Amino acid sequence: MKTLSAQEIFEKLKGKFGDGVVSLQTESVNPPFAVVPPGSIQEVCRFLKEDPDLLFDYLVCISGVDHKDKFAVAYHVYSTEHRHRIGVKAMLPHDNPVIPTVDVVWKAAIYLERETYDLMGIVFEGSCDPNRILLPDDWEGHPLRKDYIYPEQYHGIKI
Amino acid sequence: MSQGPAKRKPIKSNIFDVVPAPAEIPQNVLQKNFERVRACKGGEGIIEVGIADLFINWCRKNSLWYLYYATACCGIELMQGGASKYDFDRFGAVFRATPRQADMLMTAGTITHKMAERVQRIYAQMPEPKYVIAIGACTITGGPFYKDSYSVVKGVDLILPKVDVYVPGCPPRPEAWIEGIRNLQNLIMKTKNYGLKKA
Amino acid sequence: MTEPISKEALRTDEWTINMGPHHPSTHGVLRLELTTDGEIVSKARPSLGYLHRGLEKIGERVAWAQFMPFTDRLDYLAGMNCNCAYAWAVEKLAGIEIPERAEWIRVLVCELNRISSHLVAWGSFCADMGAFTPLLYGIREREWVNDLFEMVCGQRLTYNYARIGGVSHDLPPGFLEKTKEFCDYFEPLIDEYNRLITYNKILVHRLKNIGVISARDAIEWGLSGPNLRGSGFAYDIRRAEPYSVYPKLDFNVVVGHADRGTLGDCFDRYLVRIDEMRESVKIVRQVIDRIPDGPVMAKVPRVFKPPAGECYFRAESPRGETGFYLISDGGTNAYRLKIRTGSYMAMNIFEKISKGVMISDIVALIGSFDIILPETDR
Ligand code: SF4
Repeated sequence: MKTLSAQEIFEKLKGKFGDGVVSLQTESVNPPFAVVPPGSIQEVCRFLKEDPDLLFDYLVCISGVDHKDKFAVAYHVYSTEHRHRIGVKAMLPHDNPVIPTVDVVWKAAIYLERETYDLMGIVFEGSCDPNRILLPDDWEGHPLRKDYIYPEQYHGIKI
Repeated sequence: MSQGPAKRKPIKSNIFDVVPAPAEIPQNVLQKNFERVRACKGGEGIIEVGIADLFINWCRKNSLWYLYYATACCGIELMQGGASKYDFDRFGAVFRATPRQADMLMTAGTITHKMAERVQRIYAQMPEPKYVIAIGACTITGGPFYKDSYSVVKGVDLILPKVDVYVPGCPPRPEAWIEGIRNLQNLIMKTKNYGLKKA
Repeated sequence: MTEPISKEALRTDEWTINMGPHHPSTHGVLRLELTTDGEIVSKARPSLGYLHRGLEKIGERVAWAQFMPFTDRLDYLAGMNCNCAYAWAVEKLAGIEIPERAEWIRVLVCELNRISSHLVAWGSFCADMGAFTPLLYGIREREWVNDLFEMVCGQRLTYNYARIGGVSHDLPPGFLEKTKEFCDYFEPLIDEYNRLITYNKILVHRLKNIGVISARDAIEWGLSGPNLRGSGFAYDIRRAEPYSVYPKLDFNVVVGHADRGTLGDCFDRYLVRIDEMRESVKIVRQVIDRIPDGPVMAKVPRVFKPPAGECYFRAESPRGETGFYLISDGGTNAYRLKIRTGSYMAMNIFEKISKGVMISDIVALIGSFDIILPETDR
């Protein structure tokens, strides 16, 4: 067991991907985020999971965040072996939020991604189960977006 | 049918001491009333059932089997109320797992829009006569989710045809449930003509 | 002579059966779409969302402190745990130090709530397996804990006890003695439960070798809490990433150890909960002995505005990891509030492990995960 700090983990990422990893976000953020471009999220995650010094085998949480002009997808990962953790973040454009799925890396992502799609409307490309999960299939809109307007009624029942 | 309606005993509002045991109702009165009902069944007109009402109501109110229908937090209180300490069985309220055997629906917990149609279907599956007690703030008005939630039905009376008793609280204490069941029993004792509507 | 029946004529079809959302043994409003061939389930697909109340959106629309009552409704069997987890998360975000006594009180109520939550989990699990008496036993003891909580905060189920910066009231006089009395009364009862049902032949046969999850799979699919520890993997956030005063306390992390069947089956998950109650009693006793005096509330401004920032905090609740991912933009409301719960992740693996089991085992599986629907649906 060798616990690494976020900076060391980031250095390792930087060493592997070079400019593929954009920056480390540490200011008033706990745990710190490595910001990566959406296109390389799968490779970064696979590296995080399989590198023997990192071994991030536990995907804790995937959250979508609506920053009004862009979306962010935040992944929190943890290593049960080394007991360190880090966040990975990808920024998406607001008009077309699409990102490759990571359920090929961690199976835990299946439900977390479905939920993020359902409530935030971020599309995970290549997902094995790209359906709504919490809201009914014929629900309109994605409620956690900041510009979501509550509907008047659903199936004739007032909201 | 010349002798007119049988004289009805006045029912006092306090239910605990005035309910006659069935043995106290004279047998011949009962018999006569049942025959009259049978005679009227095919035809039209008002069924006058007199004291038989009292007997039927007494039976109904003491066997209010409720549906074990727990959607959210209030459902835990339903469970605790039905178990060791509070023991709803004392009032003839026994839980049933299927709506087809239940007389009473206690909507314990939040109803969401996804759930609404299922509640309606469960209600439709229950045999008559059926009663509804809306338990908890959620099923009365939407409760804590009234203002900010997009997916909670704001009161179960929007989706069910009638609600007999409302028990407020978040969640109501089991004592309040018992009070609610008692109130429903009072209501049942006031039913006339088997609860059939007059023509 | 009759013709031999051709294979074609004996062909059986698969059925799709709907289980729930109203079903007595789905612990609420879970709905499963079962594809079955006779008694054998070839696929069980959970369909969630029948209790989706939009808690995350509510979190963005109400002030930080006003969200506290909603965390009770997030996991109503363990309201204290969720209360405290949210409070710890906001304090971590805002960098608030809370008084020592408040930390100890929180740990005390959390562990008491863990006991009462596991009691219901145990009781209703046994009720699903056809034994109704354990439920009555479990509720009997749970009522005692409820009475204790009524003393501290006046509610039986939705406590709203923790505050950002401490707890709402100090412990009432006589509370610690009563709690001690409860511990003395409760600890021998766990053995009684074991004598009553745990090693009952029917129960063991219905649970062993059903729903086996290896530790590797459990981590891969994101299980946490007793469900993960049932697979023999000692991962408890109270130990792995200690928070509050847990580092000062002495307790063991209970893991499954293939007591009757294979490691990681339903019976192991069942036993983990039983043994965890013992550990919780141990913690409660230590807290009673060591709780310091002092204030219970830090100075927090009335209009509370944490500085802009993000934080992810996780705590061990009876159903696994309860995590809050909070983003503040410096305002009075959260900018984003994401809740990660243990039950939701347990549903993730359900489809995988329910392949090829009998319909009656589906009930055992649901019970062994101890899911609670507001946690999966939020
Ligand atoms: S009324 Fe309160 S306790 Fe009952 S279901 Fe609604 S939120 Fe939960």
